[in-house]
Amino acid sequence: MARTTSRPLSPHLTIWKWGPHMAVSIIHRVTGNGLATVGALGLLWWLMAAAIGPDAYALFVRCATSPIGYLIMIGLSWFFFQHLCSGLRHFVLDIGAGYELKANKSWSIATFIVALLLTGFMWLYIFGKAL
Amino acid sequence: MGTGTGIGRVRGLGSAKQGAHHWLAQRYTAVGNLLLVLWLLFSLLSLPGLDYESVVNWIANPFVAVPMMLMLVSIFYHLRLGMQTMLEDYVHDKGLSFFSVLLLNFYAIGGAAAGIFAIAKIAFTGIVK
Repeated sequence: MARTTSRPLSPHLTIWKWGPHMAVSIIHRVTGNGLATVGALGLLWWLMAAAIGPDAYALFVRCATSPIGYLIMIGLSWFFFQHLCSGLRHFVLDIGAGYELKANKSWSIATFIVALLLTGFMWLYIFGKAL
Repeated sequence: MGTGTGIGRVRGLGSAKQGAHHWLAQRYTAVGNLLLVLWLLFSLLSLPGLDYESVVNWIANPFVAVPMMLMLVSIFYHLRLGMQTMLEDYVHDKGLSFFSVLLLNFYAIGGAAAGIFAIAKIAFTGIVK
């Protein structure tokens, strides 16, 4: 492709690197759509099972407390806390704050750390109570 | 495209009168989800047991059933708006995009109705023997 070599190449679709701001935005979308499908259907299953009766509820509990069930619940809780934290970040951006490069980067990293900590504490509490 | 100034359209002052509706509704339901899902999470963590009888007795309480119904409306409204944005961004074919948003609306309204019905049944009939 012919181009004027004296002109800068950037911005260019193939020249970029991952940054926390980019990751938090993509993860917000991934977690949101994960919660909207698996999370919402899981919630409906739980409510419907409780509405139908003890046998349906027992089946739900058996699936939810299987190893795969725990994996999905732990994943969903992390998705929830991550979406919550990056959603709060969106509220800050919505009022026009936090766009400075340094602040934007550190708040992006903070959403990941806080979400992981919240997920970790919640499951430590759950497994601690079960022991 | 459209009439009026850019800021006028953003404020919903254009001919459609609803420029920012989708964006604002996404924020309102986000606040609803923030409060109601955290309430559900803390409530479940503090319940003495999560077996059938304790869960049904807990949901049957009006002070639980009503916020839980509101939570379903907030969740399914919010996910409808969010998934719509995702579909509009990634489904490029016009017909397929229309069809997927149609299915999304069925999913969102149907899901909310199913959840609200389940809560109503629990609240009105209680434990099933």
